[in-house]
Amino acid sequence: MSALTDLIPAHRPSLAQSLFAGVVVPSLCAIGVGTLMQFGVGPVLGDYWTSVGVQVGIAVMLAVSLNIVNGFTGQFSIGHAGFFAIGAYIGAGVSYYGALLIWNDASAMAHGAPLVWNNSKSWLFGAGEWLMIGGAILGACVAAAFGYIVGLPSLRLRGDYLAIVTLGFGEIVRVLLQQTRPQVFDGAELREMSAGELVIPPLGGATGFSSIPKYANLWWVWLFVAVVVFFAYRVKVSSTGRALLSIREDEIAARAMGVNITKYKVRAFVLAAALAGIAGALYAHSGNVLQPRDAGFQRSFDCIIFVVLGGLGSISGAALAAVALSIMTEALRGPEPILENWIALLILTAVISIVAAILRAVGNRGWRITLLMAVTPLSILLLGLASKFFTDATGINLADYRMVVYALLLIVVMLVRPNGLFGLTEIWEYFGPERAKKPPTTPPTASQAAAAAPTEGSRP
Amino acid sequence: MPEAANILELRDISVKYGAIRAINNVSFSVKRGEILTLIGCNGAGKTTTLRAISSMVRVSGDVTFNGSSTAGERPETLVRRGLCHCPEGRGIFANMSVEENLSLGAFTRNDRDAIESDRQRVFTLFPRIKERLKQNAGTLSGGEQQMLAIGRALLSRPQLLLLDEPSLGLAPQLVQTIFRIIREINQQGVSILLVEQNAHMALQVAHTAVVLETGGVAMQGPASDLARSDAVRKAYLGH
Repeated sequence: MSALTDLIPAHRPSLAQSLFAGVVVPSLCAIGVGTLMQFGVGPVLGDYWTSVGVQVGIAVMLAVSLNIVNGFTGQFSIGHAGFFAIGAYIGAGVSYYGALLIWNDASAMAHGAPLVWNNSKSWLFGAGEWLMIGGAILGACVAAAFGYIVGLPSLRLRGDYLAIVTLGFGEIVRVLLQQTRPQVFDGAELREMSAGELVIPPLGGATGFSSIPKYANLWWVWLFVAVVVFFAYRVKVSSTGRALLSIREDEIAARAMGVNITKYKVRAFVLAAALAGIAGALYAHSGNVLQPRDAGFQRSFDCIIFVVLGGLGSISGAALAAVALSIMTEALRGPEPILENWIALLILTAVISIVAAILRAVGNRGWRITLLMAVTPLSILLLGLASKFFTDATGINLADYRMVVYALLLIVVMLVRPNGLFGLTEIWEYFGPERAKKPPTTPPTASQAAAAAPTEGSRP
Repeated sequence: MPEAANILELRDISVKYGAIRAINNVSFSVKRGEILTLIGCNGAGKTTTLRAISSMVRVSGDVTFNGSSTAGERPETLVRRGLCHCPEGRGIFANMSVEENLSLGAFTRNDRDAIESDRQRVFTLFPRIKERLKQNAGTLSGGEQQMLAIGRALLSRPQLLLLDEPSLGLAPQLVQTIFRIIREINQQGVSILLVEQNAHMALQVAHTAVVLETGGVAMQGPASDLARSDAVRKAYLGH
């Protein structure tokens, strides 16, 4: 009956059972998500918004991974982009130079499906794509190793001091990447290089690493988004997750309960770094030129904004903030892309409103938050209209001030919801049967606080 | 391992915070099955002594728990050996549910059935906690939080429980309840080392008392004797 003993299985599940629940089901779900995004959502979005969709997925992975360190464990890391860049450069190096050595040609067309750019004549699972996956796994491993190294000082440092150490780490990665050799564009030239020359790898230096095959389509990216989110969720509800949360709440009490805080802090850094490494490797294959500044603090701060805004410790909150902010930075570029899609935005509003109405009819308390979500596409549309009229009337292009709007929105959200949008709560915890209003019991303060919690969703 | 008569022995332990000596050559021992209370003014070194016992601070001198030294141990390994420290200021995990708080108490264990029976034991001691299982621990009142902190500590199934000021900030009636429960826990076979400001109450429940003054042991003996002693009465009981 009790949830505590539910956490400890009555008997050890067999290997087959664990594999089924822990690997087979989530893999199928991830494949489902990838397929839906690629073949269901992608064609509707069109080329431009499809490429935005890929960047959104990468932002979600970054937000969810940083949440393990900053959210669950409460260790303030501002060097997350360092892990991201390590994964990106390693993933890019493996698939670019791999293709150059094997096929003497690193263009995506030959060995995989550049589905972002061309939906019609392409196929999944080309050899080049598997090279990308191999690179992503290697990138994740190397990033995890660096996560271990960065995690070690966190044993003695906390708060601002740890933040400075992690900031330093990101900057070190950035400067080291600047010192790499120029990129090699010819397989033969690469083969002639001596081992000594390869000590400093040819990753493009300050000019950047370009011409990386563009294999990171919606399918692969959202497949990994599903994997990363599932993994983070399993961490959160495991005993490891409870140990991480207890460190965030009170280190001394956590030690007194027998939590080895050293071990768990380092574990948090390693896990977060590995997931950021995967995100980086996919980013490298999504049509971007890699540059050393990808490891810089600008990107780290973007990740922190996702996590803080979404709610420190809330996986769904951080993911949602990443989606909303990544789309918003694109949408604020100008009213045209918004107004072109006005039908889609209206349909989205209508569909979500209907879902909210159904939830209310069946007595599910999740209708309130669903209704709030329905307002989002509508307000984007209104924002687009307002900006168009403003531009027509005054000649000032609001898009030039989009970072001001973005910053203002952040300020407003933090004022209204100081714990982030969701605090520690996951979004699905807002759903469920409507709770009966309890008559006040003694002592009134505690029970009222409990009754207020589900609607407000705020945790002190 | 033969059961030692004393569950805890301190021999000449000292703790330094930088250049400041917080405690100096403190020696006493806790007999198996007793409540020993450590009383003294603010700054006498009570909390530091507890931290020294649970290896949270670097300590010189010998601390022997259950017959073997704690040198080189970490707080988390001592929990596994049956020494649980319930820190000052309750130290509950405010943003986690009462249930999760309790499950962290049993963090070092995976004997499902025994945990469940210990949990029921905690519910018998603190029926309030059972009513509040799904609630965030931060929404509990001060007294309930203290009960949760003690209940959580019990779930590690300690042989020796270190309690640091359990009466801190509680109304007099709740203090009575907490002390009654401390005695009950002791009767169930848990040795207790109790640090208290409320010397009057502490001397009533404890079997033995140790008075600390400016980092050293000023007096020790049976609690009833100390409660009658003039020096203690003047210094701590105020009459």
